[in-house]
Parts: sequence; C-alpha cells; structure tokens
Amino acid sequence: MALPSYTETRYRVWHYIYITICAFVFIFLIAPLFVIFPLSFNAEEFLVFSEGMKNLDPDAFSLRWYNDMIYGTKNPWGLAAKNSFIIAIFATIGSIILGTLAALGLSSRHMPYKGLIMATLISPMIVPLIISGVAIFFFMAKAGLAATHTGIVLAHIILGTPFVVITVTATLSGFDHSVTRAAASLGSNPVNTFMKITLPLILPGVISGGLFAFVTSFDEVVVVLFLAGLENTTIPIQMWTGLREQLSPTILAVATCLIILSTLILISAELLRRRSERLRGINR
Amino acid sequence: MSSETKQILTTDGIPLEVSLKKAEKKNKIKAFLLVAPLLLFLIITYIFPIGDMFMRSVDDKMITNMLPKTFKAMEKWENLDELPPEEVFSAFYFDFKLLVKKQEQGKLGQRLNKEKNGFNSITKKLLRQIKRKKIDENANIKEQLMKVHKRWRSVEYWQAIKRTAPPYTMAKYLKGMDMYFAADGSVAQVEEDRRIHRILWLRTLEIAFFVTLFCFFMGYPIAHLLATLPMKYSNLLMICVLLPFWTSLLVRTASWMILLQQQGLVNDFFVMIGLVADDNRPEMMYNKVGTYVAMTQILLPFMVLPLYSVMKTISPSLMRAGKSLGGTPFVAFWKVYFPLTIPGIGAGCLLVFILAIGYYITPALVGGASGTLISNQIAFHMKTTLDWSFASAMGLMLLTGVLVIYWIYNKLVGVDNIKLG
Repeated sequence: MALPSYTETRYRVWHYIYITICAFVFIFLIAPLFVIFPLSFNAEEFLVFSEGMKNLDPDAFSLRWYNDMIYGTKNPWGLAAKNSFIIAIFATIGSIILGTLAALGLSSRHMPYKGLIMATLISPMIVPLIISGVAIFFFMAKAGLAATHTGIVLAHIILGTPFVVITVTATLSGFDHSVTRAAASLGSNPVNTFMKITLPLILPGVISGGLFAFVTSFDEVVVVLFLAGLENTTIPIQMWTGLREQLSPTILAVATCLIILSTLILISAELLRRRSERLRGINR
Repeated sequence: MSSETKQILTTDGIPLEVSLKKAEKKNKIKAFLLVAPLLLFLIITYIFPIGDMFMRSVDDKMITNMLPKTFKAMEKWENLDELPPEEVFSAFYFDFKLLVKKQEQGKLGQRLNKEKNGFNSITKKLLRQIKRKKIDENANIKEQLMKVHKRWRSVEYWQAIKRTAPPYTMAKYLKGMDMYFAADGSVAQVEEDRRIHRILWLRTLEIAFFVTLFCFFMGYPIAHLLATLPMKYSNLLMICVLLPFWTSLLVRTASWMILLQQQGLVNDFFVMIGLVADDNRPEMMYNKVGTYVAMTQILLPFMVLPLYSVMKTISPSLMRAGKSLGGTPFVAFWKVYFPLTIPGIGAGCLLVFILAIGYYITPALVGGASGTLISNQIAFHMKTTLDWSFASAMGLMLLTGVLVIYWIYNKLVGVDNIKLG
C-alpha cells in the first residue's frame, strides 16, 4: 500500500490514520484469543497476570491446569470430550450425506421451486438458535429422543446441513456438466459417474462444508442445553456451566486446546479453498 | 398429407416433443428425489415442530375440556351484566365435582386465578363444602353456591369463566407485549412499572442495531485493506479475521470475561494511562458495555467476509479513473467505490443484525441483568418457569421479525449468494 510520491500531505495523513484504525481493529479481533494462552499456564488460581508472570519468572508458570483437565476427578472433561467428538463426527457424516445430495438436486436446472426449497433448507442457519432449540426440543421430547446421543446428533444434522448445502452448491456453480454427460455416454451408470467423476471434483466443497458442520456441532451449546442429560454432556456445556458458576483456569486450559483445534481447522479450510479454486480454474 | 406426418419423430417413432417432455419430467423427478431426503428430514424434525410451537402458544384447551357442561350452559346466558341462570351454576357444580373426583380442581383454580385474582381461594372453599357433603344436589344449586362465598355472587367471576371458553387464545402474545385482556374483553396495557417485555424487545433491537453499526464502521476499513493489499500480506491478515470466526463462541466469550473483569487487562491499561484511578476501576462486565464489546468482536467476521468478497471484485482502475477525471480521493471513493460496495454492506449488515437479534450465550454470560436480551427471557421461561406456551409465543414473535429481515435479505442479495470464508 505504498503511496505514490505525488500524494498531497493531507491525504498522506489520512492514509496513516486509516492504517492505524485498521491496525486497532485487527488487534481487537485477534488479541482476546491470545490472553487465554498465557493465563492457562498460570501457577496460581486467579485469572489475572500475577507479578511473577509479568516478570517472566519460571515458577509463576505451571501445567497444573492441564493436569487438572485430564486427570482431575471432579472434572468431567474426559466424558465431555468423548461425547463432543462422537456427536460431532456422526452429525458431520449425516450433514455431508444429506447436504451433498440436496445440493446436487438443487444445482440441476430441472429443479422445480428452487428458491423456496433453498430457503427452507437454509432456514436453520437463519432462524435464531434459541427458537431452533425450542422447536427441536419439542420434537425430540415427543419422539422420546431427549437426553440421548441420537437426539443431539439429529439436532446437529439439522443445524449443520445448511453449511454443506451452501458450500457444495457454490462448488457446483462452476461445475462443467458435460463431463458427467460424457461419462454417461461412455456407458457409466449414474452412481459410478458420481463416484468417479463428480465427487472428486466437488470434494473440496464437500469437505469444507463438512468442516463447517463439524465446528457447528462441536461448538453448539444452545440446542444441546435443551436436549442434553447428565450423560450427554459436551465440551460447550461444561464450559457454559464453568463460565456461569466459577471461572477456573482449567477452563482456560480447555479453551487453549480448542483454539489449537480451530487453528488446525482454519488451516485445512484455507488449503481446501485454494485447492477448490485451482480445480475450478479460478485464479485470483 | 396430414399434419401428423410433418411432426419430427424420434427413432422409436414417438413425436420429439412428447419424448422431450418425458425426459424433462424424468429429470425433474430425479432432481427432486435428490433433495427429498433432506427436505423431508427438515420438515419432520424442524418445520413441523415450529408449527407445534405455534399450536402450543395459542392453545387454551385445558379449561375448555375441564368445564364442558358449564360452557354449554353458558350459551343460554344472555344478559352478561347479570348473574347467569341457574343451569350455569348447576353445570359448573357438576363439572367441578367431576374434577374433584379426578383431583384436577387445583389446576382449574390456578388457571382461573390467572384470569381473575381470587379464584384460587373460592374454588378451595367450594372443594371443602363438597367434601363435607354440605351441598344438596336436589335443591337449588345457585342459592347454595352463592352462600359458599360472596364472590360466587359477583358477576365478574362468572364473566371471567366465560372468557376462558374458547379453545384458543392470543393472551400469550399480548403478554409478550405487556398487554392483557381486560374484564370486558378489550386489550389493556400492563401498569407502567411492570412492562418488562417491552423493555427487553427495545433493548434487543437497540443492541442489535448498535452492534451492527459498530461492526460496519470497524469492518469496512479492514475489508477494504484486505481487498486492496497484495495477496501475500492480505492472506496473513485474513487469519486475524478467520481465526476468531472458526474459534468456539464460548472461548471468545471467556476471553472477554477475563479482559473486562475489574482486575482485567483492559482496566489495567486504563489505570496505566491514567484514565481511571486504581481504586475506582469501572465495572465493564455484567452490563451493556460488556455485551456491546463482546458481541461486536464475535460478529465482526460476519461483516468483514461479505464486504471483502464484494470489494475483491471491484477493479482498482475504477478509482484511478475517478481520480484522473478530476475527483479528489474522497470524491472518487464516495462517488465510485462506495456505491459499488452497497451489496456487500447490505449482506453484512443484515447477517450481523439477524445473528445479533437472536443472541443468547454471550449476553447471558457477560450481560448481567441490564444486558439480557429477549432470547434469555425465552430460555428462562423454557427452563425455569416452564411456561412453554409463553416461551413459544415469544419465540414466534422473534421469528416473525427475523423472517421479515430474511425476506428483505433474500430480495436484496439472494440466499444463494451467502459466502462462507
């Protein structure tokens, strides 16, 4: 963003003000995440930087909260993590299958009532979570699925499919349908065509939609709060309870792990996006 | 020659038009079958339950089913300013006796008490009289009932019972707007100091509006910077937007709880630069300030991403052309660049507003009493008071608002234009 040499002084000043504003906004966005990291290594029980930490005294740092997170007897983090992963994985698989099929149908130019159906399929993303929570709770209670893993998985499939539908439809928008026709004319049946031709081409979109669905499920707390019993506790529920009752450094240890996880997901999502753009021939 | 022979035929001898229509129809069905599983799934588990919420919110069948004979007899009650005729009294007495047998008279008392204060005690009194067998069923029941308690002699109580007759009621919706049905059936306002819901609705709108505004003023410059910087720098800075986007909402809320607490870093910083005294640190959490700050940071990526994707498509030569035609940079920006970004602004603002209006977790954690929103109230009624029909009614009122915005969004931008990441 180097300015041309002929720029007048007042625009030069304005430009630097603009850069400073941007810098502050970026700090505002990212800095809060970095507060958690050092505090999770605090040797003391308080959630403030101790004198020792400010002086970088090694004794002020410890791994005791990580120890507490894994081995602590009162902390159901182990069960919560297990549940969270199981629920998120099944919800992701369900969302991917239902969402991809629907996206394939929606991208067909023969699809009737496209706008209306798209709006319906996307609605769980737009409707406030609290309302989805109430509605899904009424359904699960009637179906006898409240406080079961199945119920929560189904609820998360509802919330996750819109992301898959959106990403896969976006990938399919640049899709050259003549390749599937070519495959068909060469004698391939539809299933074979899908597996051998379509799927590999839209895979980046499918996986990135799946990542969204995974994160949605893994991070979901509003609906789970209505549905979960004691045995279905998840990481977000434990964090919610912890944050409401008493902010303990163990939560920060968990939060640090979650930030690392989200960094990994961010990297894979970025790589996938680039690969998808390359595959579809979009050069930016 | 007849016209039929002129028709183009396929190799099987079927007219091409028919064959084409058949193929089209087949394709339509094929496309629909692909969408059908998800559509059915959503309709059963999601769309119907929302309809179920509506049924619950207007449902008032309980009392209709409890007093069937009474309401039947009340049809003959013509002059509503006078006490109902004898049949109504005796019908009510027998309905009530049946309820006593099923031990449901308590529910009736509670429900009627909501309609008019004082029902609870007079139904209890009637119960005692029935248990002691003080009422002679062969004599005039009206006279006896009127002796049980003086309120049974008051026409207002009988009017209240009559008001509960219809199986459906809009009372919950009125309650959500701090209104109620007065004795004569007209809509009345709750006293001024008890209008809690209206305050919540206004506060929700206010917070959603200002959060959208803050997100816009913070998101626009950085989206512009990201769109104009060379790729290698902008990719790096994009992480600052995407990492919070992918990070758990609870983690981000937790970090704001740490930063904003009284001994937190933000207060430390204010003390350091001498803005506030060390012994007089301001409370920044558990009030509106906390809600604004945390929600703005959490929703900012949803503003930046649509803006960025629009700005990315604007060619830099347009600005140069504007400047070369004599516009100052400000004029060129305002007359050329800004109008081109309006679709992105619309998308970002509506997305943030829709998300903010239904926010629940962050306000509940950092909002305290003055930062709670309508969603918190819905959750409160779902979990604590167990008034599910009221929670449903408020949820549907909120949903109506969101759907209106969604509809505008769809008209302006189109749902299929939503971009993620």
